[in-house]
Amino acid sequence: MDWSQSLRLVAPEELLSVTGLFLLLGAAWSKGRNDARAVTWLSVLALAVAALFVAPAAFSGLSGARASAFGGLYAGDAFSALAKLLIYAAAGASLLVAPAFFEKARAMRPEYPVLVLLAVAGMGLMVSTTDLLTLYVGLELNSLAAYVLAAFLKNDNRSAEAGLKYFVLGALASGILLFGMSLTYGFTGTTSFAGIAAAMHGGLSNGALFGVVFVLAGLAFKISAVPFHMWTPDVYEGAPTPVTMFFASAPKVAALALTMRVALGAFGSQVSAWQQIVIIVSLMSIIVGALGAIGQQNLKRLLAYSSINNVGFLLIGLAAATPAGASAMLVYLAIYVAMTVGGFVAVLMLKDKDGNQVEALADIAGLSRDRKVLAACFAMVMFSLAGIPPLFGFWGKFVVFQAAVAAGLLPLAVLGIAASVIGAFYYLKVVKVMYFDESSGIAVGKSDWVHQALLALAALFISPLGYLLTKCLGNLANLAAASLFHGA
Amino acid sequence: MIGIGHYVTVSSILFVLGVLGIALNRKNVIIILMSIELILLAVNINLVAFSSFLHDLTGQIFAMFVLTVAAGEAAVGLAILVTYFRDRGTIAVDDVHNLKG
Repeated sequence: MDWSQSLRLVAPEELLSVTGLFLLLGAAWSKGRNDARAVTWLSVLALAVAALFVAPAAFSGLSGARASAFGGLYAGDAFSALAKLLIYAAAGASLLVAPAFFEKARAMRPEYPVLVLLAVAGMGLMVSTTDLLTLYVGLELNSLAAYVLAAFLKNDNRSAEAGLKYFVLGALASGILLFGMSLTYGFTGTTSFAGIAAAMHGGLSNGALFGVVFVLAGLAFKISAVPFHMWTPDVYEGAPTPVTMFFASAPKVAALALTMRVALGAFGSQVSAWQQIVIIVSLMSIIVGALGAIGQQNLKRLLAYSSINNVGFLLIGLAAATPAGASAMLVYLAIYVAMTVGGFVAVLMLKDKDGNQVEALADIAGLSRDRKVLAACFAMVMFSLAGIPPLFGFWGKFVVFQAAVAAGLLPLAVLGIAASVIGAFYYLKVVKVMYFDESSGIAVGKSDWVHQALLALAALFISPLGYLLTKCLGNLANLAAASLFHGA
Repeated sequence: MIGIGHYVTVSSILFVLGVLGIALNRKNVIIILMSIELILLAVNINLVAFSSFLHDLTGQIFAMFVLTVAAGEAAVGLAILVTYFRDRGTIAVDDVHNLKG
């Protein structure tokens, strides 16, 4: 084993965890909000440097033995690099929006960026894992930080309740996942993904099949796919909005990339064992996500159902179980991150005239008169989430359905497209409330310049101009998908 | 002779008890924490038993990692519970229903 190569490949996680620990130490001595702001900016800087570390692997399509570290426990290949770039971008955005929000709530503490950094280090392990042991450690590093983040507003009882619910259901999911991993280990005799795939090649014993089902159920919890989605709306509503934005973007990317690695890598030699499950889960997620959102009056809850809905579309790419499907999922994920960040930044910018946050759908009635640009950007995010061309959200759905049809899953694609029409109903309802309802005159407050800049960036990405990126994004995703299948 | 089947049976029973403890319990969040520990320990029995029967050390090392993480998880869980108790003055499961829709 070549130690210098191993240490070089895990450089981003080393950087993030060491920076996180030093900043935590600094936070212990800090006082006042300026220190908290400084820690936030330093964390964003650390994320940017880590992104520079992984970018070469993403662009060169690094794969195989040159990307493998620590005797096959970890892979710093193009797939993990692309997923990490998305995670860093999403985490950076949730750090940047935080100071304005938490200072208003008088809860801006330097622990927030530190926890985000540690969670991101865990997510880096998740997307790079090629062994069940790395998977577990990465997942728990991410989850433990996330539980605390959900309960970050100590004096707000909705936040504490969100933290409690997230902790209980997250720990249950980890337990189910872990039980599946122990069965998989017992009936295949190894914890490495390559070894599991080789052992399952000859056939699947009943014990190993139980292992596969438990592992997939645990992962479905983490990506909040139906029927394991019930925690999502509660946690997304109760957690502070910057944290909700973080939950809806970065860990989603990490958990979906992890699911791809497990399903296509470790269980890749037994596709027929899990394909049915993924197809059913994806259809249920699309339908429940769309129907559940219809009656919602809280915007964060509505976006939570929207994320369940989107996970369903992403899983269509997984059900295809081809390199094209994996590549389509990555393209969709990139667009999904931009849409989610845009949507939540828009929610963060909704304030009443005293600067308090506004979250109810009824309160943004007639927003197009009070805040023209904000309403236009929010409407754009909604149209894009509904997948209406010419916005970029359409492209994500298009490539995923294309991959499904190419893999012979025509009925799944047809049902998915039909169900996306239900989803369009509530996205368009938000637009209708903003543009055609009587103005409520509540959401008139001014917003922070960082929020405005981020919303402008996200809106630019999902605007028709985003199509200029399709070639570049498609190439990166293809390289990443190729490295995923090469390793298996 | 006690075979691997016996170990897996015991651990499966413990696992199911743990899951039921979370699902059916209507009284106290502390009981949920105990159920989570039960699930993790069921997994550890599995891992150590498999490790011994396969003559492979990985399972036992895995079990050490699970124990370590379980300690961290319990610490975080209790900390969140304390924050929650300070706000509400109760930790009864039936009272955890402010968020609904």
